[in-house]
Order: sequence, then C-alpha cells, then structure tokens
Amino acid sequence: MNITLHVWRQKDANDPGAMEVYTAKDVSADSSFLEMLDMVNEDLAQKGIDPIHFDHDCREGICGMCSLVINGVPHGPQAATTACQLHMRSFKDGDAIYIEPFRARAFPVLKDTIVDRTAFDRIMQAGGFISVNTGGAPDANAIPIPKTAADKAMDAAACIGCGACVAACKNGSAMLFVGAKVTQFANLPQGQSEKAARAKAMVAQMDLEGFGNCSNYSECEAVCPKEIKVEVIARMNREFLGATVKSSS
Amino acid sequence: MSSITLDSKVPSGPLAEKWDKHRFDMKLVNPANKRKYTVIVVGSGLAGGAAAASLAELGYNVKCFCFQDSPRRAHSIAAQGGINAAKNYQNDGDSVFRLFYDTIKGGDFRSREANVYRLAQVSVNIIDQCVAQGVPFAREYGGLLDNRSFGGAQVSRTFYARGQTGQQLLLGAYSALSRQIGLGNVEMYPRTEMLDLVLIDGHAKGIVVRDLITGEISSHAGDAVALGTGGYGRVFYLSTNAMGCNVTAAYRAHKRGALFANPCYTQIHPTCIPVAGEHQSKLTLMSESLRNDGRVWAPKKKGDNRPANQIPEDERDYYLERKYPSFGNLAPRDISSRSAKEACDDGRGVGEFGRGVYLDFSDAINRLGKNLIKERYGNLFDMYERITAENPYEVPMRIYPASHYTMGGLWVDYNLMSNLPGLHVIGEANFSDHGANRLGASALMQGLADGYFVLPYTIADYLARVGAQNISTDRQEFKDAEQQAREKTQKLLSINGSRTAESFHRELGHIVWENCGMARNETGLKKALQMIPELREQFWRDLKVAGVENSLNQSLESAGRVADFMEFAELLCQDALHREESCGGHFREEYQTDEGEAVRNDDKFTYVAAWEHTGYGKTAELHKEKLEFENVKLATRSYK
Repeated sequence: MNITLHVWRQKDANDPGAMEVYTAKDVSADSSFLEMLDMVNEDLAQKGIDPIHFDHDCREGICGMCSLVINGVPHGPQAATTACQLHMRSFKDGDAIYIEPFRARAFPVLKDTIVDRTAFDRIMQAGGFISVNTGGAPDANAIPIPKTAADKAMDAAACIGCGACVAACKNGSAMLFVGAKVTQFANLPQGQSEKAARAKAMVAQMDLEGFGNCSNYSECEAVCPKEIKVEVIARMNREFLGATVKSSS
Repeated sequence: MSSITLDSKVPSGPLAEKWDKHRFDMKLVNPANKRKYTVIVVGSGLAGGAAAASLAELGYNVKCFCFQDSPRRAHSIAAQGGINAAKNYQNDGDSVFRLFYDTIKGGDFRSREANVYRLAQVSVNIIDQCVAQGVPFAREYGGLLDNRSFGGAQVSRTFYARGQTGQQLLLGAYSALSRQIGLGNVEMYPRTEMLDLVLIDGHAKGIVVRDLITGEISSHAGDAVALGTGGYGRVFYLSTNAMGCNVTAAYRAHKRGALFANPCYTQIHPTCIPVAGEHQSKLTLMSESLRNDGRVWAPKKKGDNRPANQIPEDERDYYLERKYPSFGNLAPRDISSRSAKEACDDGRGVGEFGRGVYLDFSDAINRLGKNLIKERYGNLFDMYERITAENPYEVPMRIYPASHYTMGGLWVDYNLMSNLPGLHVIGEANFSDHGANRLGASALMQGLADGYFVLPYTIADYLARVGAQNISTDRQEFKDAEQQAREKTQKLLSINGSRTAESFHRELGHIVWENCGMARNETGLKKALQMIPELREQFWRDLKVAGVENSLNQSLESAGRVADFMEFAELLCQDALHREESCGGHFREEYQTDEGEAVRNDDKFTYVAAWEHTGYGKTAELHKEKLEFENVKLATRSYK
C-alpha cells in the first residue's frame, strides 16, 4: 500500500517546528508502524535528508519508549496497543497519516517526535518506592498477600511509563501514571508504612513538574496501552487526602 | 601479550562453604570511608540498576549511565516468563544443590562450578528482596507465592508476575535506584552512551561518553567501573533484543585489553514469532512458560500446507514429546531450537516461508478451559494476535527460533572483575554462569544476583586494596580517549557513501545467522570469516550517516554500534571455528551423534576460551581458563 505521511519535524528544542509531507511506498500490511517509518527513513537517508527521529527500543510494547501521536491519538488507533505494536494492516492504501510528538508542558520536544520525559523519573525519585535496602528482607512468604490484593497491585504495576496518558489529557495531567504507582503500593502490606509520605511527595513533585489536574474526561484510560483504569486516580486522591488530613491533625 | 594468566580466584574449600569463606576473607571498606569512593555503573538493567542502587545504599558515590531516556527502559524489562529460586516452596524436592546442578547441566558443563553454586545460593535472597520492594509476584489464594516450571528442570521453582516478570523485577530495581537518585547518592545520566574505557596505570578508572542529546563527548572518572551493558544478540541483526542493544561498551573495553570469553555461546530461543518479510526489524519472543501448556508439533508429511486444524492427530509429529519423553515440551532451549530447525530443514515447516512449527494450546484449553489459559498467558496471546492477526485461542501459534540471549561476554573472575583491575562486568555482559546454554528463568536470577548480592561485596575488596585515588578527568589518558572518540565520530560522518548503517547491519546479521547461527560448520565459518572483513571494509568506504555531530543523531548512534558489531562478528566466528565440539547453543555439525545430539569433547575443550584483542583486523589471541569439576560428574546431557 502507499501512504502519505504528515510528520512533525523539529530540529531541536529551540526550533519552532513544522509538519512535513513524505510518501511511504509499497508498504507491507504485515510490517509494523515503526518498520514503515524505518523504510521511509532509509529513503530519506538515501536522499541526504536527516531521518525522522522517533524514540523506540524494545518494539514489543513493554519498554515504554515509543511515543508517537498518530492521527491525533497517542499510540494510534488500536486500543491497548503501543505504537511499536501497531501494524500497517490497521491502515489502508492511500491513507494520510499524521505523526506528532506526545505534547505536554512537562514533556518538551527534543527533536522531531522525541520528547523529554524525565519529569516522570523525578516523580518516582520523590516517592515511587518502598524504602528497603538490599539485604535483610524477611522471607518472601513471611507475609501472605491475598491473591485479590496482589492482582490489583499487578494491574496497576503494569504501567510502562510511556506518557500517553499525559499526551491524551487536555490538562497534560500525569495522574494516571502517578495513581498507578500509588495504587500498586497501597494494595500491598509492604507499602503501608510510607503510604502517606509517598502520596504527598509524588503529588507535590507532579505539580512542580507542570503537569495539570484531572477533570475526569478519562482520555488517559482510553489511550493507555496497558489498560490502567482511572480508579487509580481515585485511589491516589484518597491516599493524598488521607495523608493531608493526617498531617494537619 | 601472552603474559596474561587467567586466575579465576575461586576460593578453596568445600563448594557449599566457598562464598561464606570468601566473604570473610575479602577486605571491607569502612562505612565512613565508602563516601570517598566513586563507582561508575554503565547500564541500568537488572544487573546495573540493582548494583547502582545497592552500592549507593552502602554509602558509595555512584554514577550510573544508560542510553535510553530513563533507566526504567533497559531491555531486562522485556523478560516475560520468570525467575528461578531454590526456595522449595512447592515441597517438590528442590534445593540449592539441585538448582546448581540443573544450571551446570543445562549449560552443558561449560561454566564455573563455584560461580553457579553461589548463584543458586543467593537466588533465595533475591525473591525476598523483590517481595520487600513491592514486586507483585503471582500468588495462590492462600496468599503465598505461586510457582511454575520452566525448561530443563523437573521442579517448579520459577516465580513470575504474569507474563511481565522482567518488567516487574526491573521496576523493583528502578524504584530502589530512583530512591538513591532522589537521596543524591546516585548521579543518573540517561541518554548517555559509553564510547570508551579509560585505564590509568592499567586500572579501569573512568569512561568516555557521548551525550545523545547534545552530541557532547566528555569523561567521567571513578575508583572502579562496572559494566552491566547486556548481550550482543543483535550481531544477528534480527533478534528478540531491543533495537538499541549493542556490544559497544563491552567491545570497546575489549579493545582496551579486557578478554572476551566464549563469544560463540549464543542462545537461539525456540519460541519466537517467525519472520514475516523483508521489512522485519526485530523478532518477538513468546515466553518459554507457554511450553508448560502448549504442545509443539510439525506435520509428519513434507510440504503439508493444510491449515493446522485440518491436519488429523495421527499426521502430527509432536517431536519434542517423541524424542524427549521425560522433559517433553519443556526440553532445554538449545535442544528445542535445533529440533524446530530440523523439522523445517526436513521440509515440514509451516507458514508462508516454511520456517515455523506449531505451538498448540487446544489440548490445554479443552482440559483447563479458556479462562484459565487466558489468566496464565492472556497478555502473550494478545501480543501474538497483534503481530500476526491470528487468534491463538483458535489456531495454533506459529513459532521459530530467534537470537535471544548471549552466554558469552567479558571474562571475569569469581569477584566479577575482568582481567583489567577495577573493571567489573555483571549480568549478561559477563560470561560467567550459564556455560554454553542458559536455562529459562536464569537470566533474571543472574542479573539480580550480580547486582544485589555479589558485586556490592566483591567490589569492596578491590576498592580497599587500591584505596581512594580521586582521579581527575584532566589527566592525559582521558584527553587522549576523548580525542579518539571524537575522531571516530567524525570519521563515521565524513565517509558520505551510499549505504546506511542499518543496511550494513542487516547484511552482517544475515552472514552471521547463516554461518554461525543454530548450527555451524567449518566451511560456513571460514566463509563468514572471509565475508565479514570484506563487508567491514565496504562499511568504512561506503557508509552514509545523515545529520551532524553536535545534535541528537540516531543515524550516528546506529553507525557507531554497527561499526563495533562489524569487528565483533569476526571474533564470534573465530571462537566458533576454534571450538571443535558441540556444546549447548554451540552446535558444530561435524560433532553429533547419529541421532543428531551434540557431542562434546571434554578432553580438549573443558575450558573457557578468553580472547585478547591484538589490533584492528588482526586475529585475536586465545587464553584458556581450565574448568575444574569437583562436585559434578561430566556427563552427556540427556533429557530423554
């Protein structure tokens, strides 16, 4: 199939950037979306044009590095699927496809579609952990954890930190991402002793990084490749509220 | 050159007491003195991330580097199936010794006894540590941890978190690392790639890196360097590794004098989604855990292109169950991979290109119900469907082996230190624990063992012996290495030929896969050893790299990595040619039984082949570390 691509090109963080038009010819329906971009890039390189830069690594939907807005939707049209796992059979011959970076105040563009997501790391550094040093942990079976609680923790822990939730949100909110980590630990006995401090520290860092608030549109849930539910935001709010009340009393 | 003597530094005494004894014999760094030392950790996966966090907790200053945009993205994250530990929670007869024995046997008796035993010993601590960090392992209804079985073992000792065990373990290590970054004990450098190792008076005291955003090349000094930079599986181009995985850090350390051990031991994983066409950039693994419930088969008749469900039961060859009745579908990876290749070479392969066999869940779905299968493997089934547009609940999966893991790596002693003092190598990047073949669920175990429970002890011994030196990057050694890195970068940019690094990488991968893949022979290896230097020469004459030096430039990053693969591929084939035996993942067609099983030559090859770099394009020099087996009897591996 032949595809017309409209791609965001931006030389560096200071460049205003603009859409450019390219053609992808003879694309196999079995190729992945990123393999289609590889083909276009091979062609551009032959012509001496700097290839389209995009973040990618594992190409199996787990590292969270790929970060394209495809036709206005973070990670593209297929539900529960990262851009790297999207295949060209989702498109048809003659389609025009628009490719842009994840856009948010807290995710500045570095080049083309590559953005800086280190704000996520800084939120984790503020409180996304259980404070336990290596060594001295009790036997793994010392504290039984009900399967339902462990499963809930795992549902939240499946977050790959890609940032699609932020890109989809009109407020650029990171609450789904932060809520997922808060929920994981809040469901586990190991996470209890620090839960108030964790909720406060992570929310404070989230605000500091310039992420917006949640206004309950659930766009984040709709685009999340790991199907994290907005319940985690409710859980985060509850943990945060609880922490605030406790500390003021 | 030949003055190198390989001292494994394996402690004396009974196997079970070696690690305890060694921990007592090693020097310690006083808690108050630890802050005087800086340790450089390259890589932030299970080994690197765990090491950086643990060393920082102990009080060392740590600088950690990764080429990804965040340490959470290291490729350990993609491991699906699980992690082994000798907990014996299932009461099925497991023990430290059994895990040790299975791992030694699985590695086809080509690994170091003492290292493997230590690995089995600390395996139990890893699970405790991860649970304490909040890793949500699968549990039974009573709240205790669940286990499943994996290839090469007859006990259930594999802990797992759905099909995302690697992700959850890495996020555990990442959370520990994040905590130390937040506390100011680790300086983290994401999007930063190591370009060279810097030696001061023969000791590894720093690295040269490129900032992948600005293109700036700079130096970092420390008291010791630890490489946790993963494996070299992308030498085959198509592999299950991430696109960024590379041999650069390890190979550049090799060029500075670190010996590269057993490069020919590569793991070709039996259950990956087959190649779909020329456009393919990577292959996707379907976890080995699927073989707990899936049955592997190929049609009995050659060229049988009926759909799977129209092939009657008596015309199917469940070849693993037939050939290896006691292990069946859970035969080890090397054996399962070769059997799939045999079936396809025999003209019985399935799928468009005839390079595939079936992994069939219909029996398990009938026996256990679709829901239970969905609970166990749902995410893997979904992934399969996304890639192939086929529903594995209804039609069998098609699978074919692909490059997945590399057992070879930089040579290290019992302390995980290379022959270059100060240079430590951990996780997949070293050669130490898996011999010629790695069993499933052992890579996560080794990465975390090295990072959490071995390196933090052994590096202290080195640091205490040499003392804090407070080395400055103003030294000439750093300036020279930086200059060389800049010159190399400029050279890559200035060739201005006609082919991209990606296209050279594809061609190189094809040569290596065809001649040094699942099966190797002298003729093919000699052919590869002729073709690789020719291709490399063409690379340096006809490469085209777009973009400029001082900016984010993915073409340049790729070119630098491919340049190293071009040299490394030759070393890989040279090692494969010299090892005139079949063992584990290294199958030399000349050395097999009538039934097609591997034949080792213990008299001649019970050693680690550690290669010394002698110059660009020159034949590397072989050094041997003899492997001593005091606790297990060398036997022919049998899984029948």
